[in-house]
Amino acid sequence: MENGLEIARAAAEAAARQSYGKLVAWLAARTRDVAGAEDALADAFAAALERWPQTGVPEKPEAWLLAVARRRRVDAVRRRLTGEASRDHLRLIAEEMEARMTDDDLPDERLRLMFACAHPAIEASVRAPLILQTILGFDAATIASAFLVSPATMGQRLVRAKARIRDTGIPFRVPERTELGERLDAVLEAIYATFAEGWSDPAGTETRRRNLATEGIWLGRLMASLMPHEPEALGLLALMLFAEARRAARRSAEGDFVPLKEQDCRLWDRALIDEAEALLSCAATKAVIGRYQLEAAVQSAHAARRLTGRTDWPAIRELYDALLSIAGSPVVAINRAVAIAEADGAAAGLAALYVLGDDKRLDNYQPYWAARAGLLARLGTTTQAAEAYDRAIGLERDPAVRRFLQGKRKDLDES
Amino acid sequence: MRYMLLIYNDEAATANAPRERIEQILAAYGAYTEALKTSGAWLAGDRLRPTQAAASVRMANGKTNVLDGPYADTKEQLAGFYMIEATDIDTAKEWAGRCPAASTGTVEVRPIWEMAEYLSEK
Repeated sequence: MENGLEIARAAAEAAARQSYGKLVAWLAARTRDVAGAEDALADAFAAALERWPQTGVPEKPEAWLLAVARRRRVDAVRRRLTGEASRDHLRLIAEEMEARMTDDDLPDERLRLMFACAHPAIEASVRAPLILQTILGFDAATIASAFLVSPATMGQRLVRAKARIRDTGIPFRVPERTELGERLDAVLEAIYATFAEGWSDPAGTETRRRNLATEGIWLGRLMASLMPHEPEALGLLALMLFAEARRAARRSAEGDFVPLKEQDCRLWDRALIDEAEALLSCAATKAVIGRYQLEAAVQSAHAARRLTGRTDWPAIRELYDALLSIAGSPVVAINRAVAIAEADGAAAGLAALYVLGDDKRLDNYQPYWAARAGLLARLGTTTQAAEAYDRAIGLERDPAVRRFLQGKRKDLDES
Repeated sequence: MRYMLLIYNDEAATANAPRERIEQILAAYGAYTEALKTSGAWLAGDRLRPTQAAASVRMANGKTNVLDGPYADTKEQLAGFYMIEATDIDTAKEWAGRCPAASTGTVEVRPIWEMAEYLSEK
């Protein structure tokens, strides 16, 4: 029963965020004033979040929000409290929109709003928070705690970014073909960052961060539905679904970290994997390869173990070769070295890892040391392996992974 | 810049933890300290005995009062510290996040107020 209520509450909240995001996007696309649009709808949105879980979602949710926003405005005018911007927005709503207001013909401008939020003139680190706030209506404090910064700092960054959209005249439009690739990357990256922040808390002990993975997937679905012909938008959604499908298998019943290789694939969510596979094959028909499709293809190869009982490491290595050539990064290079080790032996993997050794950025990069430790251990070079494990343990944030590495380190001493 | 990482933990929880868990935590601190040293960030750091061993001293009306116990009675107690060198607050916070105490208690990051700075700010 409690579960049923919880589901109804979540559905109502999702509907409220959906309508709110559409209204904010619609208003902001006309005025470029994101903060003003949010102000105009803030009260109505809060009322929806409070009421809809009890009353159910109204038949025309956007019209409901609008009606409440107008009523509040009348109250506010009586009290002479309404700000200029908010008044302008509500006049705009009244004049242009209300007459033809039905949920069907309200144009969905959220794609344009997302492109504005992830514009090159907006600082990269604030793009994902900005999308979460404008499209989903999250408050600064919630976003701040998910991204591990203080609420005051996050609040300032969001305010500054919105002022920048208005003052520098950032356009609300889907970029032309010629520049679409790069601009789309920025939007997808912001969505992926949202997901990744939630993904880093696999046990879901911090509710806010766990939800962030859900929101990332929600935004990914939105993106895939708004741009169904963009293979990278489909690839990103597939990538997130593959990862999400493994959530239950990533920790043992005792809360211990379980590496992918040792996960029980019966715990993987088959429905999510099937959906991801379908997206990936649909993307492949467009015959334009990209970073997210390749990363999703790696996940697909891992997921195949549930059917074949084995992992095709040579195929994974080839995918990482391709990734390295189009989107090289230390992370990709490390994963590639691990795949080489599985396909061609630990010595070959270690050689690929050592090529990176000069990169100063890796000095304090935990995955590098963990990969190095694992490969050294397999080669029986115990002393060096122990050193690398110590580095990896000292740099790890997640207590479950730290315990796992400590266990591996201990095994070295005993062997 | 120099930063102080102040470690706050629930003393009672630590005291009641099983031996195996304590060993594992100590090993984690050892690895963390090593990582700080290898990267050149470590300046100083130590563990403090529980607040049971603390004394708080205060002078009032020319008389020195000594109270047994910590300055403030809080849910989590100051349990140790690190002094580190970091290029900026983001790097310092990154180190704080890796400290084993971040997952059991709280790590407070405080920039050192260098004397030259507060003298010139006056």
